[in-house]
Amino acid sequence: MLNRENKTDVIIVGAGPAGIACGITLARAGKEVVIIERGLFAGSKNVFGGAIYTKPTLEIFPNFETEAPVERRNIEHNFAILGEKDSTTITYRKDDNTSYSVIRGKFDRWAAEEARKAGAYIVEETVVRELIKENDKIVGVKTELEEFYADVVILADGVNSLLAKQIGLRKDIQTKDVALSVKEVIKLDKETINQRFRLKDDEGSIVEIFGGPMLGMLGLGFMYTNKDSVTIGLGVTLNELVEEGLRPYDILEKLKQHPTIAPLIEGGTIKEYSAHLIPEGGYKAIPQLCDNGVVIVGDAAMLVNNLHWEGTNLAMISGKLAAETVLEAFEKKDFSKSTLSIYETKLKNSFVLKDMETYKDLMDVMHSRKKAFLSYYMKKINAFFEMFTSVDGVPKKENYHKFIKSIFTDRKISELFKDAWAIIKLLWSILL
Amino acid sequence: MSLDKKLYTLKYSPDTESHLRPDKEKCKTCKSKNCTYICPAQVYEWSEEKQEVIVNYENCLECGACRIACEKQSIDWKYPKGTKGVTFKQG
Repeated sequence: MLNRENKTDVIIVGAGPAGIACGITLARAGKEVVIIERGLFAGSKNVFGGAIYTKPTLEIFPNFETEAPVERRNIEHNFAILGEKDSTTITYRKDDNTSYSVIRGKFDRWAAEEARKAGAYIVEETVVRELIKENDKIVGVKTELEEFYADVVILADGVNSLLAKQIGLRKDIQTKDVALSVKEVIKLDKETINQRFRLKDDEGSIVEIFGGPMLGMLGLGFMYTNKDSVTIGLGVTLNELVEEGLRPYDILEKLKQHPTIAPLIEGGTIKEYSAHLIPEGGYKAIPQLCDNGVVIVGDAAMLVNNLHWEGTNLAMISGKLAAETVLEAFEKKDFSKSTLSIYETKLKNSFVLKDMETYKDLMDVMHSRKKAFLSYYMKKINAFFEMFTSVDGVPKKENYHKFIKSIFTDRKISELFKDAWAIIKLLWSILL
Repeated sequence: MSLDKKLYTLKYSPDTESHLRPDKEKCKTCKSKNCTYICPAQVYEWSEEKQEVIVNYENCLECGACRIACEKQSIDWKYPKGTKGVTFKQG
């Protein structure tokens, strides 16, 4: 590659959280970085639940709490288990500055501007169609109009990562490895939101929703409060939709009508509907993370910890670790797979792959026992509270006996044992 | 709320040609036709009359679900051109 035109140090495909974190780290270290984004602006093709996490975000943007367009600082995390009509909710409330609700179209745009200020070039409205390979090394990208060359190409092109597939770093995604998420942002005035969610000023609340129209399905709902809107959405594993013949927006409509949820959004007007895939394959579905001249970060690398609703933090930190690896590669002037695989070591030493590995068996267990854990026991939790709160003249002891008996009559004893064994095995794999 | 009303909240810049190209011959032999229900924008409709799949690509949210869900792996799925497609303001 002798004095090629259009040659830069690093090309990053995608200006989402992973791409920007990578780009800003490299630009701050003095590298020439070009970030190519297919949307009109950074964040314009992106959709997520709603929260970014304070600590990892500070690692990339030390100024974000005062300067970024954040919506609300979350002080409450609700876990709502919905039955058909009833619900049980556990609330953890503490103003411990763990996360903020943001809107990608605003936050990513700000983050991209920060990267630009640090010296990165951001090329918007441009789709990378192919990677250019020479002598078994990725040397650049082909957009619709021209070719760009670089010592390293970072794939931050999101969950579908057609580019990673094209160069054989990943196989085709399976329907069980992605969740299809649909969401709506519903406009409500700030006072109404604060009253309904028991908040003041810019405090925010998160609601994680189990069951309801997703009973028995590998699917979860979520709500986030924004400044003057509320986000409601859900994600259901794609194989579930295929097998059950369901339309994702129908499930969302049912969720919105659930008696526990409906009062929270009543009278609101929809600002925007959106959809996106979430990579939920877990540890076992992580693709090959690098090759000669190329590294994969964020959603493109399947880095999502779905049990803890974490994605953007894994994206940002993977982007940062990729950047640090690339800086080492520049020092060595070696962009081979063996040098770039330092990235994988860095990920393994960080919470990113440690957490992914911790939950490596989670999805297998959930897929095989979803009717138990995502339907039967959830119904039993609500049934317990229904029994416990009822005042019907029936002696309490009789109610208890009836409830305990129902656990053993509503589900085969052999299945109960299998459930218990699955949980023990899962806990074992998580804790040891 | 109907899907049409939901889609109406979005800003689109539609291209003149589709970025989604199912192999219409393969579609004829497809039993599940799951693209016609899993798609969050109902881009795909099966026309009994024409015996082919109609692709309302202008409504596409670019999620990629159809490509993965298609049992025939028949959809040639690309991102729309850089200046085209959907723009999320509230993602």
